[in-house]
Amino acid sequence: MGLESDFDIPVLTTSVEKMVQWARRSSIWPVTFGLACCAIEMMAMSCSRYDVARFGAEVFRGSPRQSDLMIVAGRLSRKMAPALRRIYDQMPEPKWVISMGACASVGGVFDNYAIVQGVDQIVPVDVYVPGCPPRPESLIYGIVQLQRKIDQQKLS
Amino acid sequence: MDAAALVASLQEAVPGAQIESAPGIDLQTTIYVSQDDLPAIALLLRDRPEFAFNFLAELTAVDYLPREPRYELVYILVSIANRLRLRMKVRLPAADPHVGTVSAVWPAANWLEREVWDLFGIAFDDHPDPRRLLMPEDWEGFPLRKDYPVQIRMTPTSSEALQVTEEEFRANLMKDRLTRGR
Repeated sequence: MGLESDFDIPVLTTSVEKMVQWARRSSIWPVTFGLACCAIEMMAMSCSRYDVARFGAEVFRGSPRQSDLMIVAGRLSRKMAPALRRIYDQMPEPKWVISMGACASVGGVFDNYAIVQGVDQIVPVDVYVPGCPPRPESLIYGIVQLQRKIDQQKLS
Repeated sequence: MDAAALVASLQEAVPGAQIESAPGIDLQTTIYVSQDDLPAIALLLRDRPEFAFNFLAELTAVDYLPREPRYELVYILVSIANRLRLRMKVRLPAADPHVGTVSAVWPAANWLEREVWDLFGIAFDDHPDPRRLLMPEDWEGFPLRKDYPVQIRMTPTSSEALQVTEEEFRANLMKDRLTRGR
């Protein structure tokens, strides 16, 4: 985008693709969906001290129909897996998934029958955030990485 | 509470019942009750005014795998009126472990017995709702048994069947459509 100073009226020129990428990455709305202790860090991330609103991702939606991003925050039990997939399916395109913490990414310390060993078996994951639990800064970094990824997604 | 007196009193009330007191490392009174006598003894413990154990605080099980009898059920009872606590245990064999339900005596036992059935596979005869409680309904095996393979890596399912029949589902839809206009 560039400001064209040759005209008296302020005009911005851009391509539709860049415009759409900018709009998508600048207002990522996550779905309110916490599974375990990682959700506490996720809440801290959205509150005043860490304030993810600085990066345009603060509006946690109560409905998957209004969400762009699912942050899988915590260990996913096998019984919960169909419910998680259903919430993901209810989100409109385009949609992204952040796998937050060790449990969501690979099962973490719960190497047992009850826990899904990585949510990428259930939903496609865009960004993995390591940690147990990750600090809010880590999750913000994950969201920024996701914004970079969205910036490179072509429309066609 | 004196365990010996309690056992004697119960013996007198239920002739032929096998009841014994157990030495404990703590001060809590512990008695063993046989598998067959449990429902009668439970009713007695609740209704006799000198016991009045009207509160079932906990019901769980233990798996002592190499040993026979393999399982022990543990009932923690509280008498609010008499300020007493009692630990009642039932030994169960490895083959076909089952015991009569006490959910008619203490309604709190309903879900606790479902949990024990779910995780230990101990059946409760005449239970009003003998479904699994924690694990998915189509789960195979009983995870808290000592011989259960804990680190099995099964493929997770990402979808589940309808919880109602197709007819019920369609009937609900029609009901919504009919009431929506009002």
